[in-house]
Amino acid sequence: MLFGFALWSVVPLDRNVFGREGLRLGLDLAGGSYLVYQGNLSDVEPSNRDEIMDGVKGVVERRINALGITEPIVEVQKHEGEYNIVIQLPGIANIEKAKEMVGLFTILEFREQDAAGNWTPATGTVNNETLTLTSRYFKENTDIAVDQFGKPLLVFEWDETGAQLSKQITTRLLEKQLAIYLGDEPLRGEDGHIIAPVVKAVIEDKGQIEGLSLADATELKDLLNAGRIEVPLGRWVNGEFESSMPLYERTVDATLGADSIRKSIMAAVIGIVLLLVFMLAYYRLPGVVACLSLGIYGTVLLAIFKLVPITLSLPGLAGFIVSLGMAVDANVLIFERTKEELRGGRSLAAAVEAGFSRAWTAIRDSNITTFIACIVLFWLGGTMGAFMVRGFALILFIGVALSMFTAITVTRTFLRLIIGSHVITNPAAYGVASFPAARNMK
Amino acid sequence: MMDFVGHKRWFFLISWILVIIGIASLIISQVQLGTPLRLGTDFAGGTSMTLQFSPAVEQSQLREEMSKLGYGAATIQSAGEGSFIIHTQEITSDDAEELAENLAAALNSQVEIADYYLASATVGAATARSAVVAVIVASVAMLFYIVWAFRRMPKSFRWGSCAVIALVHDVFITVGVFSLLGLLIGLEIDALFITGLLTIVGYSINNIVVVFDRIRENKARGLSSDFALTVNSSIVETLGRCLNTSLTTLFVILALFLFGGATIHHFVLVLLVGIIIGTYDSIFVAGPLLVVWERGEWSSLLPWAKRPA
Repeated sequence: MLFGFALWSVVPLDRNVFGREGLRLGLDLAGGSYLVYQGNLSDVEPSNRDEIMDGVKGVVERRINALGITEPIVEVQKHEGEYNIVIQLPGIANIEKAKEMVGLFTILEFREQDAAGNWTPATGTVNNETLTLTSRYFKENTDIAVDQFGKPLLVFEWDETGAQLSKQITTRLLEKQLAIYLGDEPLRGEDGHIIAPVVKAVIEDKGQIEGLSLADATELKDLLNAGRIEVPLGRWVNGEFESSMPLYERTVDATLGADSIRKSIMAAVIGIVLLLVFMLAYYRLPGVVACLSLGIYGTVLLAIFKLVPITLSLPGLAGFIVSLGMAVDANVLIFERTKEELRGGRSLAAAVEAGFSRAWTAIRDSNITTFIACIVLFWLGGTMGAFMVRGFALILFIGVALSMFTAITVTRTFLRLIIGSHVITNPAAYGVASFPAARNMK
Repeated sequence: MMDFVGHKRWFFLISWILVIIGIASLIISQVQLGTPLRLGTDFAGGTSMTLQFSPAVEQSQLREEMSKLGYGAATIQSAGEGSFIIHTQEITSDDAEELAENLAAALNSQVEIADYYLASATVGAATARSAVVAVIVASVAMLFYIVWAFRRMPKSFRWGSCAVIALVHDVFITVGVFSLLGLLIGLEIDALFITGLLTIVGYSINNIVVVFDRIRENKARGLSSDFALTVNSSIVETLGRCLNTSLTTLFVILALFLFGGATIHHFVLVLLVGIIIGTYDSIFVAGPLLVVWERGEWSSLLPWAKRPA
């Protein structure tokens, strides 16, 4: 009972502090792009694929960040042996540019400074050919070690060609800097400075980079390992690889998103008003309690969305509204049961208690089936590009779980309080013609 | 007292009619379209986009211009206020921009691509496969759960089976309705259709369980030795709850359907159809089915068969 009160006092605060402003909106509501590419890993040993794709992910993130797109989300999804890169870009600026960049391959390039201070590719000559030193020439054992002072070291080995190039370049660049470029952007550390180690010795087949933070070293290791092999992003069509074509693409204009939000809110308001009017007209006093309980339910649910946080997509919004309709169910079950108990000759207080305890098995069993459906949906959503399915399933799950909770705690507390206070004793208020005293006389 | 169990032949007949219409529609659709349901971009692959014209243009004009530009096979669906949802074979976003510019010039109206969506056919096939698997997995999981929930009852497997038969009945009729809509008004199903279908699975079982729960309770209390009577009074007792819950859910869903916007229109329609059928089935089909099994009156399932003497 106290907990009910606590909830009641906390929730109005929630409404002010975590208003709708703070909810995280999906791309279909806020506008933005959702892209899925397959990685062409035919040149990569199966045992290395996890690691290589992590590196590819790092490469893609860096490219997109370089375009100034805020908060992109890049994920690797492994599905039936295929690796997908899922990219979510909020806002619609630079989408075409982003797609162009994503299609580029993942080789990193070493650059030196010319007399004017510009970074130009570091080249050498092997077999009369001028070659640029790139991540292509690393052996696959680039790794992190720790020196005697506990500082991280990035240790690497060149293959045959790499060793020849490295020898020429590091001889030339002793005590000078060597930067690492991805496309036209230098790699930067966490603090934003360019990663450009000074060459301290002539490096032939083996070398190390000192002075990196552990996070920078780890990321560089992934990038260099991924950069050994070209992993074109695109998609497979009938056994042929099409570079740069996404497997799945969805771009939503922010105006359409805003329109969807406006329409959904209008629909929700109309639906909820209808629902409340029905509950009040049909169940009278318990209906009022149900409405209050529903109000708390809605507010707590929004607070959960905000705090977790859960991304709201359009189907997610629909899930929220549907869960409001379903949240009434537990209340209806309890009230119908209470009415029956009243008609069956129990006192008001006893009828309410019996109503709750008897309705519980039905509430529990019936909601668990909805949970099963949500879990299957969530699992299904992970196997395809349709990110919307998961949003719906997650929100419906949370909504139904919370509705069980509010019905058996909040509604119960309110009803007990009202009955305990003996303020309202008119039987009509509880939806029955008269209290059972008359019947008991027979 | 209303006699639901006694009139079960009629209710089974209604269900059969709906199921047979569904099967007919699925077969006709298979013959005409090559698939039992008209598949949208999610399953068939291709490109769909929402074009927003200002000032608004007529759908017939748009169709004509699309044909001239070589997109005669595209389906065009009005989404109100000068916006159209167009579904074509796969075109890249560059080509889509070009198409929009050409349409703008030809129709003398500003065009905005509000929503661009491309799915390759391979994703579509995988999605369709996992959707079928999901519906089967969900049904089996429900069967196990109900068998477990009613484990104290004799023959708990029977309760689970009846619930799942009723459930499959709901899913089948809903699928039939959408197959028919695909034939009649060209409605396409997408991944959200499956989402809606699985929500129906949860919701419909939810209703059935409430009725079964009451039968379980009444049977345990030993109100009547006649199982048919017990089932019937349980249905009558839970009628108020079933109708009220469905009504409250329908209120919000109807509001979403009428005012919620084009993107989720079909999704909400699945919920609308499914909840109506699910409610019908939990009142008129699931309980009577238990009685049929209990008594072995299998002939009553086939309402056209002769009544046993």
